[in-house]
Amino acid sequence: MRKVYLDNAATTPLLPEVREAMLPFLGEDFGNPSCLHSWGDVAREAMEDARNQVAQLIAADAEEIIFTASGTESNNFAVKGLALAQQNKGKHVVVSAIEHFSVLHSAKTLEKWGFELSLIPVDKYGMVSPDDVRKNLRKDTVLVSIMHANGEVGTIEPIKEIAKIAKEKGVVFHTDAVAVAGTAPVDVKELGIDALSLAGNQFYGPKGVGALWVRKGVRIIPFLDGGVQEGGRRAGTENVPAIVGLGKAAELAKANMASRTEHLTRLRNRLLTELPSKIKHVVVTGHPQDRLPGHASFCVEFIEGEAMLMLLNSQGVAVTSGSACTSRALKASHVLIAMGLSHALAQGSLLFSFGLDNTSQDIDYVLEVLAPVVDRLRQMSPLYAKFTKTSKGG
Amino acid sequence: MPVYSEKVMEHFMNPRNVGEIENPDGVGEVGNPVCGDMMTFYIKVKDNRLEDVKFKTFGCGAAIAVSSMVSEMAKGKTLDEAMKITPRAVADELKGLPKQKFHCSNLGAQALNKAIKDYLDKKKGGGKK
Repeated sequence: MRKVYLDNAATTPLLPEVREAMLPFLGEDFGNPSCLHSWGDVAREAMEDARNQVAQLIAADAEEIIFTASGTESNNFAVKGLALAQQNKGKHVVVSAIEHFSVLHSAKTLEKWGFELSLIPVDKYGMVSPDDVRKNLRKDTVLVSIMHANGEVGTIEPIKEIAKIAKEKGVVFHTDAVAVAGTAPVDVKELGIDALSLAGNQFYGPKGVGALWVRKGVRIIPFLDGGVQEGGRRAGTENVPAIVGLGKAAELAKANMASRTEHLTRLRNRLLTELPSKIKHVVVTGHPQDRLPGHASFCVEFIEGEAMLMLLNSQGVAVTSGSACTSRALKASHVLIAMGLSHALAQGSLLFSFGLDNTSQDIDYVLEVLAPVVDRLRQMSPLYAKFTKTSKGG
Repeated sequence: MPVYSEKVMEHFMNPRNVGEIENPDGVGEVGNPVCGDMMTFYIKVKDNRLEDVKFKTFGCGAAIAVSSMVSEMAKGKTLDEAMKITPRAVADELKGLPKQKFHCSNLGAQALNKAIKDYLDKKKGGGKK
């Protein structure tokens, strides 16, 4: 059976070059970068090379990069650490309603710690309006955190405009760029931002490693107390093999950005156009143009996502869904609900995220197997039965 | 994706008794899209027995497997017997359901019950349609 992996938003595979770069550090080069002997030197140098590579990916300075264990950790670190560092100035933070839970729940934790939280709504495309951010800034606002792009619906947010507004008011601005960094060009200076999160497994690096960039001069409270690793801001012996892998992945992403983006955008555009024309009653979620390359998301009416996932999986196709049934919390995607979708429609959410290995034939195959899957579930659906009866009757 | 038993997968991949009954003797609808799952059961009754049971379900793999299993368990049973089918019995027949799915997706027995009550109410009401 043909196998088609279209869940690169969950994780990309590890590139062979990245694995090769990591291998020595899982073997003979096992040293602790903090140690002052030749083993330590080898590890430290490799780690500092990686820091440079990651910095170059986002046009930052190497010393501004803090390695973490994931995008989630970077977001926790940023939201809590940046807010806490400024609590003497004020206790108000602003985040969007569609942030990843690692930002949203960190902000809720701040609320429990006595901060006030403003949630910025989004329009039907999942877009944050810079004006809404402006309206929510107060004298005591210390942090704005708006994601660079939403991994569920692909929409790219107007970060540059929002950062400008925050800057005018002297408010620190963080962006969760996990879905963007390594996938589309990011230049922190051009964006005018203060802090940014990224994760290795979003661009062919290993899992369990991420980075937080914090602009020089911006204060942040350490995330893990202990030794002086990462400038004393994130203690603990570094995961050297993963960090080396992250560096290599960043280098390759930067070098191949244009061709990768072109490839992914072509595939995604084809699916965005052809799927709704091949299957009736399908809506595209997220912004039609301002969206991540390689990201095509939909809601299929009258049926539920997990059932679609299971049937697609039985045909060798791996995708994901924001339906309530697929989430452990059994709640429909907060992103889709924030965009104003009904619960019934959100249940039919389906997300395809393309990777470097995907081809146009993969799309042919997906379109071929998805239509009967949808048809089969609709034949079973009381909502579809009601719809067909009403449309016939009226 | 949750880990489903082989039996759940088998019923999900090959659901029994999907569809509607024309002029059913009873209809039972439960659930709503907010909680995720909706089920409609249709029954045909003859001599106090469920001559035919069909369903339509909007929901996850577990919801579809549950519906299929309930329809299979109920078919041919007397109304009293069918009323005694519990969510626990359905889950047991399916060799277990993931814990978080037990309540939200295991609505089949309830929908069947509602369909039987609908039939009994109609009967009591003197067969008015």
